[in-house]
Amino acid sequence: MFRNITIGQYIPGDSVVHKLDPRIKIIITFIFIVAIFFINKLSGYIFAVLYLYLVIAISKTPFSYILKGLRPVIIILLLTVSLNMFFTPGGTVLYTLGPLKVTTSGLRLAVFMGLRLIFLIIGTSLLTLTTSPISLTDGIEHILKPFSRIGVPAHELAMMMTIALRFIPTLIEETEKIMKAQMARGADFESGNIVKRAKGLVPLLVPLFISAFRRADELAVAMESRCYRGGQNRTRMKQLKIQPRDYEALAVTLIMVLLIVWNRVWTW
Amino acid sequence: MPIKVENLSFVYNEGTPYATVALNNVTFEIQDEEFVGIIGHTGSGKSTLIQHLNGLLKPTSGKIYINGVDITDKKVSLKDIRKEVGLVFQYPEYQLFEETIFKDIAFGPTNLGLSEEEIEKRVYEAMDIVGISRELADKSPFEVSGGQKRRIAIAGILAMKPRILILDEPTAGLDPKGREEILNKIKEIHDKYKMITILVSHSMEDIARFADKIIVMNKGRIEIIGTPREVFREAEKLEKMGLGVPQITSLARELQKKGVTIPEDILTIEEAKEYIIRYLRGTKNV
Repeated sequence: MFRNITIGQYIPGDSVVHKLDPRIKIIITFIFIVAIFFINKLSGYIFAVLYLYLVIAISKTPFSYILKGLRPVIIILLLTVSLNMFFTPGGTVLYTLGPLKVTTSGLRLAVFMGLRLIFLIIGTSLLTLTTSPISLTDGIEHILKPFSRIGVPAHELAMMMTIALRFIPTLIEETEKIMKAQMARGADFESGNIVKRAKGLVPLLVPLFISAFRRADELAVAMESRCYRGGQNRTRMKQLKIQPRDYEALAVTLIMVLLIVWNRVWTW
Repeated sequence: MPIKVENLSFVYNEGTPYATVALNNVTFEIQDEEFVGIIGHTGSGKSTLIQHLNGLLKPTSGKIYINGVDITDKKVSLKDIRKEVGLVFQYPEYQLFEETIFKDIAFGPTNLGLSEEEIEKRVYEAMDIVGISRELADKSPFEVSGGQKRRIAIAGILAMKPRILILDEPTAGLDPKGREEILNKIKEIHDKYKMITILVSHSMEDIARFADKIIVMNKGRIEIIGTPREVFREAEKLEKMGLGVPQITSLARELQKKGVTIPEDILTIEEAKEYIIRYLRGTKNV
């Protein structure tokens, strides 16, 4: 029942996209997001679509996984689209429904916001689908490192993320186990009204919290007994190194950006 | 309440890249009052198998009959199955959650919708069976020792008065004294209440002592099934699976190879003692 969460779910693979340096991948994703918000004509999205298609094709990511990533944000998407559609003033009125008016500029904005959100989610889920959580946090740590001079705890943040990610599957497994154990004692998690269901969660949540705290304690002891004391002077086994393929990926991304800029500035 | 399992197969994460076959065409029968041991390595499918017996998992294919009723049928109420089939999970003390020991043991019976007097009667009865003093009833289950916690958790299942009791590695993580206590308790309960008892373990010693029937699982299949003697006669096969036979059985086999007249399917130390003494007296007389 918990197995259909895709945001942040990595599919192992060994395509070029999978092998890219996580720092470059994060930067590329960032550039991509800025670019899709820079587009101001529908024709500009052709380049974004082509670019995404290229990434999906090279990484061989099953399209169904990408669609699954879109499912949880459908409500936000619908909300954004309808807010923009009904509450943007200006332009000619196309349709009136009581106090709500659909104008040309509203429709235009709605379409753009919708497309932007969809591309944003596809782009970021491609990042998480092709990058293992560990290398992702590694990349984030490196990118944040320059900011540690101004007090950003880059290493600590990355360590917290790594631990959190590491324990998601463990906690899911634990939840399933405790649920089953309580179901074997006749607990019912599925029927009844909200109050009854919320009460029914107590036998699940209490043991889950206890075991989470126990695990946290054990982990802290294990880390301290191996002399962990934060990020200072820590070396790593796997050093991140920029490869030629990283420059190539960056180049392809820049071409896409240039095409989008060209589309915005010189065509109409 | 005899159990009959026919061609049971189960696939985890079916239809995803992570699909794994956990059970492959498993068929067996358990008669009333039997004490059955299920043995196998981690990942051999033991835990998956027992979770099918009270409807926590639905088989990918195959049928499970309990008392002649097919529990894979959608019309069968899971509550009724779980009332009859009590399942004690591995490390059951991690499921404790109530403020007092009494309330925790009462959780199962309460879910069955019993009257308050009946619940109270059953809780104290269960506490007596597992050997938890009634004075502890109002203590928090988190204040007592690990062995006691486990016994409280087992009492929580016993209070539901199941007619089939399944225990998944009930001795895992306990010290030798705790193991001995729990195992003897289980045997005692079995003898007193005559319920079908299924004990999952990877210790041959534990299982050999009590089981009437042993099911040896390997890679999701039943490799050997039979009485302990029948099973331990296949020592080579067991060793190939990395399971081995109880130490005393393997001693008897070694002695037999050296020419001592002793059967190779010895199960207990007492038995071996008899034969060895008889053999020693025999040779002395010659």
